Amino acid sequence: MKKLIYIFLINIFITNYSSALIEVDITRGNLDPLPIAVSPLHVDIKSENYKDLNVKELGEKISGIIEKNFKNTGLFNPLKKDAFVQKPDIAHLKPRFEDWRLIKAQALVTGKLLISGEKLKVEFRLWDLAAAQEMTALAFTTTPSNWRRVAHIISDKIYERLTGEEGYFDTRIIYVSESGPKTQRIKKLAIMDQDGFNTKYLTLGNELVLTPRFNPTNQMVTYMSYFRNMPRVYLLDIETGSQEVVGNFPGMTFAPRFSPDGKKIIMSFAKDGNSDIFTMDLETRLVERITEHSSIDTSPSFSPDGKFIAFNSDRSGLQQIYVMRSDGSNVKRITFGKGIYGTPVWSPRGDLIAFTKMHKGKFFIGVMRTDGTGERLLTENYYQEAPSWSPNGRVLVFYRETKSGTKGEGFSAKLWSIDITGYNERRLLTKTDASDPSWSSLLSK
Amino acid sequence: MTLKSNLKNILLVIFTTLLLSACSTAKKSGVIDGDVYTGKETVEYLAAGVPDRVFFATNKSSLTTASRATLRKQATFLRKNKNLNVVIEGHADERGTREYNLALGERRANAARDYLMTYGISGKRLSVISYGKEKPVNAKSSPISWSQNRRSVTVKVN
Repeated sequence: MKKLIYIFLINIFITNYSSALIEVDITRGNLDPLPIAVSPLHVDIKSENYKDLNVKELGEKISGIIEKNFKNTGLFNPLKKDAFVQKPDIAHLKPRFEDWRLIKAQALVTGKLLISGEKLKVEFRLWDLAAAQEMTALAFTTTPSNWRRVAHIISDKIYERLTGEEGYFDTRIIYVSESGPKTQRIKKLAIMDQDGFNTKYLTLGNELVLTPRFNPTNQMVTYMSYFRNMPRVYLLDIETGSQEVVGNFPGMTFAPRFSPDGKKIIMSFAKDGNSDIFTMDLETRLVERITEHSSIDTSPSFSPDGKFIAFNSDRSGLQQIYVMRSDGSNVKRITFGKGIYGTPVWSPRGDLIAFTKMHKGKFFIGVMRTDGTGERLLTENYYQEAPSWSPNGRVLVFYRETKSGTKGEGFSAKLWSIDITGYNERRLLTKTDASDPSWSSLLSK
Repeated sequence: MTLKSNLKNILLVIFTTLLLSACSTAKKSGVIDGDVYTGKETVEYLAAGVPDRVFFATNKSSLTTASRATLRKQATFLRKNKNLNVVIEGHADERGTREYNLALGERRANAARDYLMTYGISGKRLSVISYGKEKPVNAKSSPISWSQNRRSVTVKVN
């Protein structure tokens, strides 16, 4: 796979942070989305052709991606372009604010691009229409084939400026691509941009693969594979494609995740029918036992400061969520509600734990505070599990399976996302059936 | 008064009918005890009269009386075939989280293995592998099919 591509921010324009009037209330969900106009980026006539890229359409395409990103947040309402009143290049210089206000837009995005010498140069501006002023502006240069990422980075910058929170558009999702009948499923590791584009397959489907998860820098993935019928945790370098078994365990290892510093992998190891939690330091190869209990201990997840671990255990009889110190001490059960609880995942902000709950034949995705209080169930369905956080801690992606009929027909597995407000549930487009999603951190941080 | 007692009788009749029909559906299926599968569908045989699999209750790995009887037959079969090694596959149904099910399958396979060992089969001949919910034998989403999928299967290696 290609090396991570760096985008250089070369020039920050005059930016006025002091007196902006627009503010997006992100605590309420999609009740009152902000009307925003995203003007097509003006394509400079001096632009040269680049490979099979249709340079003329690039300005429209980039603004289209930005609009789609915004719409998917549920926080913004991108306005229809046929109502736009000014040409892109003129608006980018200085919009006629009163004209844009007439179509009820509160914010305006303008920009221009130039391809020259195999470089794509893009600049954009965000305008506060009520205050009649520029809010932010940025220019950058990259290789033209990177144009989709340019659209995502612009989306992130605008999102940050308007919400005060980090964006999550220049990110990827790794997942398990599924095909074939339910009793003989073929599974491959797949990676795609957060909006479903640029899908690439990382394994061929010869062996069963499960639960891929990114490391903090998104270059490594840990996952479980049944290669040679030995179910083990693996480490995969996305850039080089090289992979190795993690540790030398005499039995099944599973449920891997990275520690927040990326130095360790935490996972379960099953011996004589019992599963406990272990860590392995990737540099020293030192293996450490974290839990020692005759029950099933699995699905471990570190807190972002690395001080705590959430996991699920059936030591009380049925699956419940526990939190302990990262050395395994001070184990505390945190779920006491009706039903059984699994797959705890610590939010990147540190304040919440996402989980799967099973109760009366239904599956829920929910969040709770790290002491188990304040449980909120976000979505209920026939089967869904495995939440993974967007890097800013606002959105959860998970997978959902449908009920199947007599011959297994009607079965499908798809990725879905939902805001932690419980609003804006939507399906993520994948080329095949999909499960076990893991959201990367921001690629250009 | 009469109305009241009439009503009572009607309710009683309705209740009895419900009870009877509940009984008859359970009888009709006749392949689930508690929620452990007891039927013959999906079962294969290591040899004549030696079923290859045992079934489990939801979230459980304990062996039922019927399961123990099946495993004793497997033990006798393995004693007679001294050069045969087997792998015991542990499986779970689709109604649990993936990672927990991997652990549960492992626990079920080991429950079968431990029992075979108490009947004198060397642990060296008995390897285990858990597939969790990854390899259902029945694709349908129904209590019967889930009960068929909660299983450990003894498979000949050589």
